[in-house]
Amino acid sequence: MLRSRTLEAKLSSLYKAGQIVGGVYLGKGQEAVSASLGANLIKGKDVFAPLIRDQAGRTAFGEDLLDVTRTYLGSANGPMKGRDGNIHRGRPKEGHLAMISHLGAAVSVVGGTLMAKRMKGELEGAVGATCIGDGATSTGAFHEGLNFIAVEKLPMVVIIANNQFAYSTPNTNQFACENLIDRAVGYGMQGHSVNGTDFMECASTIGDAVQRARAGEGPQLIEAKLLRLSGHGEHDDASYVPEELREGSYGKDCLEVAATQLLEAGWIKEEEIRELKERASEEVQEAVAIAQKEPKPNPFTEIWSAISTPELREL
Amino acid sequence: MAVTYIDAIREAQYELLRDNPDVFLYGQDIGKFGGAFKATKGLQEEFPGRVIDAPISEDAMIGMAVGAAIEGMKPIVEMQFADFSSVAFNQIVNQAATHWFRTGVSIPMTVRLPSGGTAGSGPFHSQSMEGIYAQYPGLVVVTPATVHDAYHMLKQSALAADPVMYCEHKLLYRWLKADCYKGDELPIGTARITRSGKHATVVTYSAMVHEAVKAAEILQKEGGWEIEVVDLRSIKPIDTNTVLASVARTGRLLALGESFPWGGVSAEVISRVVADGFHLLDAPPMRLNAKDTPVPYSPKLWAAHRPTPESICIALRNLLAY
Repeated sequence: MLRSRTLEAKLSSLYKAGQIVGGVYLGKGQEAVSASLGANLIKGKDVFAPLIRDQAGRTAFGEDLLDVTRTYLGSANGPMKGRDGNIHRGRPKEGHLAMISHLGAAVSVVGGTLMAKRMKGELEGAVGATCIGDGATSTGAFHEGLNFIAVEKLPMVVIIANNQFAYSTPNTNQFACENLIDRAVGYGMQGHSVNGTDFMECASTIGDAVQRARAGEGPQLIEAKLLRLSGHGEHDDASYVPEELREGSYGKDCLEVAATQLLEAGWIKEEEIRELKERASEEVQEAVAIAQKEPKPNPFTEIWSAISTPELREL
Repeated sequence: MAVTYIDAIREAQYELLRDNPDVFLYGQDIGKFGGAFKATKGLQEEFPGRVIDAPISEDAMIGMAVGAAIEGMKPIVEMQFADFSSVAFNQIVNQAATHWFRTGVSIPMTVRLPSGGTAGSGPFHSQSMEGIYAQYPGLVVVTPATVHDAYHMLKQSALAADPVMYCEHKLLYRWLKADCYKGDELPIGTARITRSGKHATVVTYSAMVHEAVKAAEILQKEGGWEIEVVDLRSIKPIDTNTVLASVARTGRLLALGESFPWGGVSAEVISRVVADGFHLLDAPPMRLNAKDTPVPYSPKLWAAHRPTPESICIALRNLLAY
């Protein structure tokens, strides 16, 4: 969570300094939810399709910081080689899927990886997971995807990070049901609600849902309520978020909550938090410095084809 | 024993399942029921767990196939009708088609699209989508017109490392017959001269190949005209060289297609010939497509909506008279 927050603060500065083109999308406020999911997944066995506010989950799943800085800074050495940028990155062969911008589309793709594992006899003990926002629950792809994974009883966890706004659209204009988690029953899935600002609750509830899926209890739907503590992207000042919501319970910073909870439990000392922050800062600085020095992709040597098989390319 | 075009599609899938443990089939009603057109009849019993019924969720069906392909499987998805693939458009053009370019991981997925019009099928069970998919980078688009091509090209498509839109024509399913499945195998990306001639070239694909041949026979009897018919076989990659070589021989070009007239394959053929072979043309190139309306239901309207041997003959007479 700390590494993710530190990294994203740096990415935001780089964006504002004009060194990152396109956009920067932060997971500020969603780290407890995202990290609780990523930390419960096993790289090399599970499949994770993060969305735009899942830096903490990606990091917890084992994503190299260099993959992040190289992709944002458009290095030719990054996993996307400059062909795609920012949060649209992944290493699919390592179970880290690379999101497309179209919301809800990842649900069925993760389901497909699990279907393949089933056919190959590798599904035992494996889990698939993805996060989406409140806005994505309005898409057809989300509905088709959830229905499909439920019909196939796949070991999958879908987290709805309900941060109250889809870009600028409030929940009241997005859906008419009281709680999104009520939909779990309709899909035939187990449903869980969690306060997304409460670190301990997230770790426990999300960890439990992942274990249920892993144990063969079928797909799990989680609704985490929280507030996005930034704009949609760093270009957005989020002036549409009412002050009382920022000051309300959803507006709590999950990172501060986590620190308090861990200190109270005696699992960490102030000094250790300071050290963790310093180390995160150094690691981020190093990853940025490396990516900044690297060459950008070369349009003259780029393979200008989207077909992998040379014989099937247009002449 | 004669085999049909749909038999060839079933046989290719049977052999793919038999010979490749990573191939599986996914689609609506394809299991015990055997599919709306019986292209998968009996395959679920033969290969349990690998011929899977899908909910009516075209978007999720392609998403599922993309996920399975990432894990190394080779899915063949049956769209019940090509028309319904519009529901899956996002997953096809944004998820599957971009994946290798973005991540370096290719998607060996084949989407079977029962395409084209048949009498009485109406606006939503008659469409030809090949031009739309060919527009997007990252997709291979094939349009078999013969029993042999239906068989060989489905096997080639399923085993290819990239996503292939396999456009099979419903009108040919039971009408088109051959002595056996195998024969005249060509790679994807190579066109075939179906009928040779010297007075004009018709470049077409799928069911229109047969309509063009009928038109050529009419003109042969009528005035001794020798019309060359080029079957593109694959829309993307497109075999421009074979087209240009044919136009070099005949000097006259008719680009023919069953899809809607705005843009599309016939426009692409003309644009390539004009750009690369303007000097080969003795007459302005012509285009003939379906009309710019939804495909009508009434057989009488439908027959006038699509190109027919009669309307192809009219176009060719004008081309030859120039």
